[in-house]
Amino acid sequence: MPKPFLSIEGLAKRFPSPGNTAEPLTVFENVSLGIEKGEFVCIIGHSGCGKSTIMNVLAGLDEATEGAVIMNGKEVRGPSLDRGVVFQNYSLLPWLSALKNVTFAVKARHKDWPRDKVMAHSYKYLEMVGLSGGAELRKPSQLSGGMRQRVSIARAFAIHPELLLLDEPFGALDALTRGTIQDELLKIWRGTGQTVFMITHDVDEAIYLADRILLMTNGPQARVAESVEVGIPRPRSRDEIVEHPNYYKVRNHLVHFLARRSKELAGSANTTPNGQPETVRFGEGIDEEQSGRPPLYAINQ
Amino acid sequence: MASTAITLSLRMRSIILSIAILAVALFAWELAIPPEQDAGELTEYELLTGGGAPKAGIPPPSEVLTKAWEQLSDPFYDAGPNDKGIGIQIGYSLYRVLTGYFLAAAIAIPLGFLIGMSPLMYRALDPYIQILKPISPLAWMPLALFVIGDSQASAIFVIFICSIWPMLINTAFGVANVRKDWINVARTHELGSLKTAFLVILPAAAPTILTGMRISIGIAWLVIVAAEMLVGGTGIGYYVWNEWNNLDLTSVIFSILMIGIVGMLLDAIFGAVQRSLQYSE
Repeated sequence: MPKPFLSIEGLAKRFPSPGNTAEPLTVFENVSLGIEKGEFVCIIGHSGCGKSTIMNVLAGLDEATEGAVIMNGKEVRGPSLDRGVVFQNYSLLPWLSALKNVTFAVKARHKDWPRDKVMAHSYKYLEMVGLSGGAELRKPSQLSGGMRQRVSIARAFAIHPELLLLDEPFGALDALTRGTIQDELLKIWRGTGQTVFMITHDVDEAIYLADRILLMTNGPQARVAESVEVGIPRPRSRDEIVEHPNYYKVRNHLVHFLARRSKELAGSANTTPNGQPETVRFGEGIDEEQSGRPPLYAINQ
Repeated sequence: MASTAITLSLRMRSIILSIAILAVALFAWELAIPPEQDAGELTEYELLTGGGAPKAGIPPPSEVLTKAWEQLSDPFYDAGPNDKGIGIQIGYSLYRVLTGYFLAAAIAIPLGFLIGMSPLMYRALDPYIQILKPISPLAWMPLALFVIGDSQASAIFVIFICSIWPMLINTAFGVANVRKDWINVARTHELGSLKTAFLVILPAAAPTILTGMRISIGIAWLVIVAAEMLVGGTGIGYYVWNEWNNLDLTSVIFSILMIGIVGMLLDAIFGAVQRSLQYSE
């Protein structure tokens, strides 16, 4: 079997305990999974399970204690322009205008491009996220949270990374803005066919956006327990998606996992022979997974 | 009528109040000066010993203003070593301040970068900075005069040594506290260390560095007056002392005002640069 585009193999992060006396603190361990080219994958888990650390390792900003990340047959070592990152707090450079923040990235990617080509390219991506007509000349502090995240997304897409890493990109936005930017993200992603790895806390957001949702057990000693295939055809629309028979099955499964099983499974080992998370797939007629459970669960912890 | 007075902007009202305070202060000053006493009948001996000459006293503001007008209408005259225009004296002082100051900046900012980027350097150099920082710049003067041998260069050295610390400490602090996120942005865009320093760390730390530079120029201007009183020859500090020796208090008061005005202008310039580099998150 050929290796997937992105292969995470036996990743673990441990911190030495104070004074090096006791056992080191293991945030997560045995994280092994593959992501195919063009896939949109979301990862969900409670705070402290190490999903941000996994993303930072993928970005090359942090180093894992064990294991390796292999992208395109090459081991990930240090940050690279092939892996674009959209940070939760946007991480725009506040002394540069929105436009300059994007040209900053484009110039870093294409050092030999003339000025007008850099500008045209940057404008194209800013327009793609709906920032034009003078707003692009403003400093980030003069833009709303939604606008800033748009700039951040434009900056990440403009350098055409092979892998796009999004760390709770919509966490700080209101529901309305979040919806619009999610749609814009999907539109750009469909056009570019990039691979996306996204952290989220929002179950509905994950179902709407992702092909596959990875579920992490609670930390410490967290692991990726399940890989849930959403199985809802694209293009998806916000109002029709709820009509799809898979929607509530997936949603219930996710909510149930977060509310109960993430805790029950904490510290347990993967049972699959290759160490990969268990694949959960919902299809017409296969709903044993859901039997005997009420249709909706609330997260009450 | 009353309503128009109330609708005057805060700016206008503050200007009016400022002028009023100035007028009251000048008036009180003028009144407080006792009128010249008539010397009366003098013996021949008293006349011979100069008893008839007017006693030196604090001059009234009108005299200071006349003096200011006289000096400012011809600021660059040069009539020998002890009689130069106020413009020339201030020019000498500014030359010394700016030379010492920019020499200090040329060392403090790169060194501050190094200290800010490297916790090792920070810890290694911190004790020296802590010991050298509180030393009064004039305490260096004898050593500087002996080692350098030239009084002009010694004055510049004193400016150098007093303006280096705020710039060094602020640069190190600004660089060390650049947000990790912005460094990560540079890293994910594969910027080299030089580009990271110039495109990310320098603009991020610029407001803090400029604060240090602004404090430094203020201190340098304070110190130059004292330094020039010691080294003599030229400069506004020497001018003040020379006029004191001449018992020309009018010129002393006038030069004190000029020191204040130049200091204010220097601060305003650095303030404007600082504002232009300020960013809000």
